[in-house]
Amino acid sequence: MNAKTQDKIAKVCLWFIGFLLIAILAAFLGYMLYKGLPVLTPKFIFGMPSDMEAGGGVGPQLFNTIYILFLSMAFSVFIAIGAAIYLSEYAKDTALTRFIRLSTESLATVPSIVLGLFGMIVFVDFLGMGFSILGGALSLSLLNLPLLVRVTEEALQTVPQTYREASIALGATKWQTIRKVVLPEAMGGIITGIMLASGRAIGESAILIFTAGTTVSRHMADFDVFAGGETLAVHLWYVMGIGLVPDRVAIANGIGALLILVVLFINLIFIFAQRKLKSA
Amino acid sequence: MKKYDLDRLRNEKLAKNILLCSAAFLTVVIIALIVFMGQQGLQTFTDVSPFEFFFSTKWNPDNGQYGAFSFIFGSLLVTFLAILVGGPIGVMGAVFMAKLAPKWVCEIMKPAVNLYMAIPSVVYGFIGLTVVVPAVREYFGVPVGFGILTASFILSIMILPTVISISTDALLSVPKMLEEGSVALGATYWQTIWHIVLPAAKPGIVTAIILGMARAIGETMAVQMVIGNTPRLADSLFSPTSTLPSEIVVEMGNTPFGSTWGNALFLMALVLLLISLIMILVVRKISAKKAVEA
Repeated sequence: MNAKTQDKIAKVCLWFIGFLLIAILAAFLGYMLYKGLPVLTPKFIFGMPSDMEAGGGVGPQLFNTIYILFLSMAFSVFIAIGAAIYLSEYAKDTALTRFIRLSTESLATVPSIVLGLFGMIVFVDFLGMGFSILGGALSLSLLNLPLLVRVTEEALQTVPQTYREASIALGATKWQTIRKVVLPEAMGGIITGIMLASGRAIGESAILIFTAGTTVSRHMADFDVFAGGETLAVHLWYVMGIGLVPDRVAIANGIGALLILVVLFINLIFIFAQRKLKSA
Repeated sequence: MKKYDLDRLRNEKLAKNILLCSAAFLTVVIIALIVFMGQQGLQTFTDVSPFEFFFSTKWNPDNGQYGAFSFIFGSLLVTFLAILVGGPIGVMGAVFMAKLAPKWVCEIMKPAVNLYMAIPSVVYGFIGLTVVVPAVREYFGVPVGFGILTASFILSIMILPTVISISTDALLSVPKMLEEGSVALGATYWQTIWHIVLPAAKPGIVTAIILGMARAIGETMAVQMVIGNTPRLADSLFSPTSTLPSEIVVEMGNTPFGSTWGNALFLMALVLLLISLIMILVVRKISAKKAVEA
């Protein structure tokens, strides 16, 4: 086989793989939406779940998902931004900063089930929170941290060095420069990064089973942080594995479609925000 | 000095220390992880010999048998198979995105890769359970569709975004000059990719593969839903078995905290934690070597 033919075959293969990647994704999304969209009635989305009979909803789970996501972000965003500022603006190449970087990377690859067990020992048992919204949110914030640090660092690095120099030259201190010049400039990137992290955290389940638990409060929209904190993703797993309701496949289809819709929505906003940032 | 200046200096110090504390917090978390998992997990060895835990396939907590070899083997096997399929597809996908696709195709591919990452793992698992499991059972004519093959198939899709995004970055950072030189010497597009670009991007691609493996070995929910959850050694592609994370998630719920059984599950989590830490150290070593060469 001569080089030209080989070249042609290789190009066809590469195009095929590119096409395959899109096709697999489309198949997954399409299947889930096709199966799940008919289930998504207001009664299903906002209704109370039922343990034994068909026709239960996922209202409390939807509420918990959003509540836990919000709390976990509130716990982790400021620490992550602080850590990222330190790593990108202050850190010199010392043993300490190398170790901090190593920890950040390690934390990003720790399997979520391990973080879940850690949350179970520390928050649920040791601090006595029980299987609760708070325990789940605190554990989930550990998962968010490394990703948030990375996206914030990337956003900070896009701020041109000349901005910092100009600010220092005008007599501002380093902290003033960061607070008044670098952070506002990087804010767009940081916010889109937070959204990307939210998109991942919203479907997380392994970390929540043993921290937020598999029960929900009997009251809809219970803001009590010690109430049971089952989320949509955990509920999907629970009904398929252990649940007794006869319409469990329908419920799982509905939850799957709901999660996909949320994820699609977040990603669409992310794409538009990035376009806007680029053109600005 | 005026009072204002002193205040400024004090703020400056304070800010720096607070920022350092938030950065150090991540280190505290990772150390706490190792300490807590280790302290809980290593208690297993007061009742179970390390040899039994790591090399016996007999897992029967009711009779005091705690051999976790089937799970370790199951984890390694599905990870290996997933990377065997997903690795090459991911790297080729990255070559396509970085070096062949026109701009408008890239504009579609990039968000698509992010979406792969954003699909919740329970959704991957659920589709595996409702589509792939019956399909495997029908197509291969086996009694159950749960098992190694189904789990590896789902995992090979789930690791794609990790492999693709890191490989793409590695390929994009190969200096344009190298390619131009190769093309100028008369090499075809594919010869340039195969002999010049891929070798130059090798450290980054190896990193991508390792992080893909890290994702596969730690994946819990999707694997648990399709692997069959049977504590026995896998002897064929179709045999239901269990992995470390899937076994933890199945059994942790009905295990008394502090019992040998519970501790053995924590020991399995410790093994997972150490595997992922070792993978990060390897990745570090690779990128350090790359920095020296450059």
